[in-house]
Amino acid sequence: MLSDHAVSILIFAGIDVIMALSFYLPASAGQLSAGQGGFMALGAYTAAYLTVNHQVPFPLALAAGGLVGGLVGLAVGFPALRLRGLYLVLVTFGFGEMVRVLFLNLPAFGGPAGFAGIPPATTIWHVLGLLVLLAYFFTRLAGSRMGRAFAALRDDEAAAEAMGVNSTYVKLTAFAAGGVIAGLGGALYAHYTLFIDPEAFGVGRSLFVMLYAVFGGLASFWGAVAGATILSILPELLRWVKDWREILYGLLVLVMMLVRPQGLLDAALLARLSPRGERAAAHG
Amino acid sequence: MSGPLLTVEGLSRSFGSLVVLAGLDLAVEAGGIHAIIGPNGAGKTTFFNLVTGALDAGSGRIRFDGVDIAHLPSYRRTAMGMCRTFQNIRLFGSMTVLENVLLGLHCRTRGGLLAPLLETPFRRSPSEAAARSRAVEVLEMVGLAARADQAAVELPYGEQRRLEIARALASGPRLLLLDEPSAGMNPQETLELETLIEHVNQLDVTILLIEHKMSLVMKLSRIVTVLNFGQKIAEGPPERVQRDPRVIEAYLG
Repeated sequence: MLSDHAVSILIFAGIDVIMALSFYLPASAGQLSAGQGGFMALGAYTAAYLTVNHQVPFPLALAAGGLVGGLVGLAVGFPALRLRGLYLVLVTFGFGEMVRVLFLNLPAFGGPAGFAGIPPATTIWHVLGLLVLLAYFFTRLAGSRMGRAFAALRDDEAAAEAMGVNSTYVKLTAFAAGGVIAGLGGALYAHYTLFIDPEAFGVGRSLFVMLYAVFGGLASFWGAVAGATILSILPELLRWVKDWREILYGLLVLVMMLVRPQGLLDAALLARLSPRGERAAAHG
Repeated sequence: MSGPLLTVEGLSRSFGSLVVLAGLDLAVEAGGIHAIIGPNGAGKTTFFNLVTGALDAGSGRIRFDGVDIAHLPSYRRTAMGMCRTFQNIRLFGSMTVLENVLLGLHCRTRGGLLAPLLETPFRRSPSEAAARSRAVEVLEMVGLAARADQAAVELPYGEQRRLEIARALASGPRLLLLDEPSAGMNPQETLELETLIEHVNQLDVTILLIEHKMSLVMKLSRIVTVLNFGQKIAEGPPERVQRDPRVIEAYLG
């Protein structure tokens, strides 16, 4: 059996993967969000509030966390419709900060002192279960009508519109779905740490989530999975360097992004790893 | 097979102080092949962008099959049955040849974000399966079926142009707008393109063609409209337009 410490590392890594996937989904439609921490906060606070103050069963609270994340994702999607690239990054960053400050100023949610007394509910099985479901979803999405619309929007938005893709609808769907996943991640997080405060979901969180996905590569959802797994377990492997740990961590990320700017799993590597790999690689 | 499929009246567009289209009237008869020619900067591509909704019309009316479409977003116009290719090829770079064509079928198929969850891992949904067989049919028509699983951007130039036509055809257009489809093609490829355009036209698809290669225009089109400085300077059957002094002047002067 795994030690409690190992299980805890796995749960946090799993939640990081969930968050990285919440970034990947809108990113696969060309929508870069620097506010996934905000959606995570909404999911965490919603679910925790329900289990603590209303004794709502955990699965329902989890669903509510995802729902709130999704609804707010939809709302954030609207102003984001007219924005692209760096401007979208800045607006979503502003959204994340807004959520953080909102919870700092809401006494019902503990304000700056945080929200404590959350019942322990999240187990490794919840996290793995959600990950399996997400992996299945993303695998199927890639070869589906909506998955292609995402890719088309990322490749060339004007051409996608000209070919009949309703870009407004597709973007809002992508944002909302990303919000649902982040909300679920937040709800799982809250019921494992048992204490949440707004600082846990600030800009640092949002940027790390982005780093995980970009480090792993945006060519497929496996990139987000690999990136988040490696980067959230890496600090554990670097314990032996003690005080130098964070510097070494930063250095490793830097070197990796210099060597493989397209991320760990780029299209060429994915083609070689896939079952149809030989044929695809022959053309690559 | 008669009556205009597309009519524009008083269509104007300027970029800043530059007037690119100045009150253009044009009617495209259903069933034919209609070419638009003119020197560079005459407003041909801008005209395509206004008709398909890539650009907002400055002023004027655009009617497709009798319906005013000037204020519809471009995806709605595509759903109504018009689709285009681009002068500078704009295939989806991360997709295979087949996926590009499947994207063209987007507006003819259904299925949202969660639809793939309802399929089984071993069986595609009926609509996805139907879309794939339709996409293969379209690829066969343009002669690219053997390339289906290749990355679109790896195709030779001429085949990329044909793939753009296939992608547009997949959307089931009644009006197909081709923006310089023969650009960059060698004589052999141009000949194949000619056959393809004629074949597509025989499938009851009206064709509106921007083209610089006069041999192609003369051979294919029933009507030629000549634009210069955003205005129509001549229109008619190709052999008559070719002799029009204003046209000769526009090209030589």
